[in-house]
Amino acid sequence: MRKSWYELAEAIRIALEQVNVHRMRSLLTALGVIIGILAVTLMGTAIKGIDIGFRDSLSMLGNDVFYVEKFPWKDVGDEWMMYRNRPNMKSSYADDLNQIIAGTADSNLVIAVPTVGSRQRIDRDQRNIGGVEVIGTNSDFTLINTGDIEHGRFFTDNEALAGRNVIVLGYDVANTLFPEGVEQAVGKDVRVRNIRFRVVGVFARQGSFLGLQSFDSNGVIPLLSLRKFFVNPWWDTTTIRVKKHPDATIAEARDEIIGATRRVRGLEPGEAEDFEVNQSDMIEKQLGPVKMGIAVAGFFVTGLALFVGAIGIMNITFVSVKERTREIGTRRALGARRRAILLQFLVESCMICLLGGLVGLGCSWGIKSVVTMVAPHFPLVMSMELIVVAVLIAVGTGLVSGFAPAFQAARLDPAEALRHE
Amino acid sequence: MSQGKEPNRDPVIEIIGVRKIYDLGEIRVHALDGVDLKIYPNDYVAVMGPSGSGKSTLMNLLGCLDTPTEGHYHFGGEDVAEMSDNELADIRNRRIGFVFQSFNLLPRATILRNVELPLVYAGLDSHTRLQRAEEALTKVGLADRLRHRPNELSGGQRQRVAIARALVNRPSIILADEPTGNLDSRTGEEIMALFEELYRQGNTLIVVTHEDDIAQHARRCVRLRDGRIESDSPTSHK
Repeated sequence: MRKSWYELAEAIRIALEQVNVHRMRSLLTALGVIIGILAVTLMGTAIKGIDIGFRDSLSMLGNDVFYVEKFPWKDVGDEWMMYRNRPNMKSSYADDLNQIIAGTADSNLVIAVPTVGSRQRIDRDQRNIGGVEVIGTNSDFTLINTGDIEHGRFFTDNEALAGRNVIVLGYDVANTLFPEGVEQAVGKDVRVRNIRFRVVGVFARQGSFLGLQSFDSNGVIPLLSLRKFFVNPWWDTTTIRVKKHPDATIAEARDEIIGATRRVRGLEPGEAEDFEVNQSDMIEKQLGPVKMGIAVAGFFVTGLALFVGAIGIMNITFVSVKERTREIGTRRALGARRRAILLQFLVESCMICLLGGLVGLGCSWGIKSVVTMVAPHFPLVMSMELIVVAVLIAVGTGLVSGFAPAFQAARLDPAEALRHE
Repeated sequence: MSQGKEPNRDPVIEIIGVRKIYDLGEIRVHALDGVDLKIYPNDYVAVMGPSGSGKSTLMNLLGCLDTPTEGHYHFGGEDVAEMSDNELADIRNRRIGFVFQSFNLLPRATILRNVELPLVYAGLDSHTRLQRAEEALTKVGLADRLRHRPNELSGGQRQRVAIARALVNRPSIILADEPTGNLDSRTGEEIMALFEELYRQGNTLIVVTHEDDIAQHARRCVRLRDGRIESDSPTSHK
C-alpha cells in the first residue's frame, strides 16, 4: 500500500517536471480543456445566477401566497379571448373568501386580500417617475406582503376605509423623487396623475432581476382611493391574494381556494372554473426552457471542447510515451511494475487536464468578476460545487484521454524499450 | 562446466538448457540454443561474443527483462521462467543492479534522485531512500555532487552515478552491458577500477563486452557464438 503512495508521489513529481519542461506544449494541449471548463463553469454560473436572482425577485410574490385572477401566469396565446370573456374578479370576493375561511374549521388559509393595479406617473416638484405600478389594497396587505417597510409605516385600517390619499412608496420610486434621501420622503406630498398623495412609508430596497417587477418600482395606496381616481372601467385587474396557513401544504391550500372561490362565483358542480389560482413558482417554471437552453448550449460547447481536448491530450501523451520509451525501459529495469508506468502517464495526462481546468476556472472567474463590475445586477454566482465539478471533469478527461497511451506504455517490453533509440 | 571458484557453494544464477526463439513470422531465430551457465556469489564474469551471438539475449534473460522460450533459469533458487511480470519487476528491483552503456539516467533529475529511483519502486520511505542514495554516491566518490544534474557531469561521472544506482538496493548481482562503450579508454579504466573494488568488496559482477581489455579485468570469461557457449574459462587476470 505504501509502495503505491510512493509510486504516485513519483508519478506526480515526473508529471510536474514534464509539464514544466514542455510548458508551451502543455498549455496548447490543454486549450481544449481550458475552453471546455470555461464553458461549463460559465454555464453553471449563469444558471445558478438566474436561479438565485429569480428566487430573490420572486420572494416578493411570496411562496405561500396564491393569486386568484382571470388570467393564468403564462403565455395564453390563441386562448386569450376565452380568458378575456371570463367574468371579472371583484374585490368584494376577498370579504366573501374571508368569511368562508373564518367559517371553516382548521382552514388551510389565513386571509384573502384584494389588490388592483394601475400604472401611473408620479410627480414631485420637477421630478417624476413613470410606469409606477400603483397597487390599491387594504391594510391587511401587510399580512401577505413580504416586503418590509424601511421608513415610516403602512397605511392604517381607518385610512384605507376612508379612502385617504396616502401612499407607501417602493424604494426606487422614493429614491427617484427624493434623491436627497428616501427617509426624507415620509410626510411629504407627491402627485399621482396630478392628485396629491401624502407619503406615509417607504419599502426597503428589494433589488430586481432582469427587469422583473419588484416592490422597488411600486406604490401602494388604499383600494378606495384607487377606485376613486384611477379605476379603469374596461380593464379590471383585480387580484385576490390568498395566504396559506404555514402548516398547510400547497396542494391542500390550493384545493381549498378553488373550492371557496367556486362557491363565491356560484359555479355549479361540473362547471369549469372561470378563474385561475396563480403562484410564484409558475413564473419560475416558465424559466425552465431558458435554463435548459443555456444548459444544452453549454453542454454542447463543453462536450465538443473536451472531446477535441481529449484527442489532443491523447496524442501528446502518445508522443510523450514515444519520446521516453528508453526511460520507460530504464524504469522497468530498475524495478518499476507495469502499474507504476501506467500511473506515471495517467498522472501526466491528468496533470495537463487539471492545469487546463484551473486555467479555465481562472478565466471564468475573471469574466465573472468583470461582468459583476460592469453590470452589478447581472446574476452570476460561482458556487463551490461548480468548482469541484469542473476539477472532476478536467481530471476525468485526463483519465479517459491518457488511458490508451498509458496502457501502451505499460505494455512495452522492457528489453525492447531499453533498446529504443 | 562449472568454473566458479567455490563450486561447493550454491550458485546465484543457474541456467539449464535455455533456448530463446524469436518467431519472426516466416523464420524462427534461435537467439539462444541450449545454454547452461552457473554464476556463484562473488563471481566476476565477462560475457563476450560477436554481434548476433546471442549476447544481448543472454543479457536480457540474466537481467530478468525477458523469459526463456525453453529451459530453466533459477535465480537464488527461484525459477524465473515461471514468474509473473510483477515478480520479475521485483527481482530486477531487489536483486539485480543494471549498468547500461549509455548510462540511462533521467536527464532532468538530480543525481541523488536518479540513484534514489530503484528505492521508490522498492517502496522505501523518503528518508531512508535519500540516506541510502547518498551512501551509494559516496561509495562511487560523488558525495559532493548530489544536487547536480547528469548534464553537468562528465561521462565517467555519469557512469559512476549509474553504478551507484545499481548498488543502492544492495543487489545480488550487478549486470553491466558494455559499461565502457561510451567512454574514452582512460575513463573506461577508471570505471573498471571501480568494478574491481566492488568485486573485492564481495559483489557479484557480470560484464557484457566485446573488448578483450575490458574482459581481462574479470576473473572468468564466457564466450558465446551462434547462441551457444563456446568457452567458459578463467581469464589471465593476475
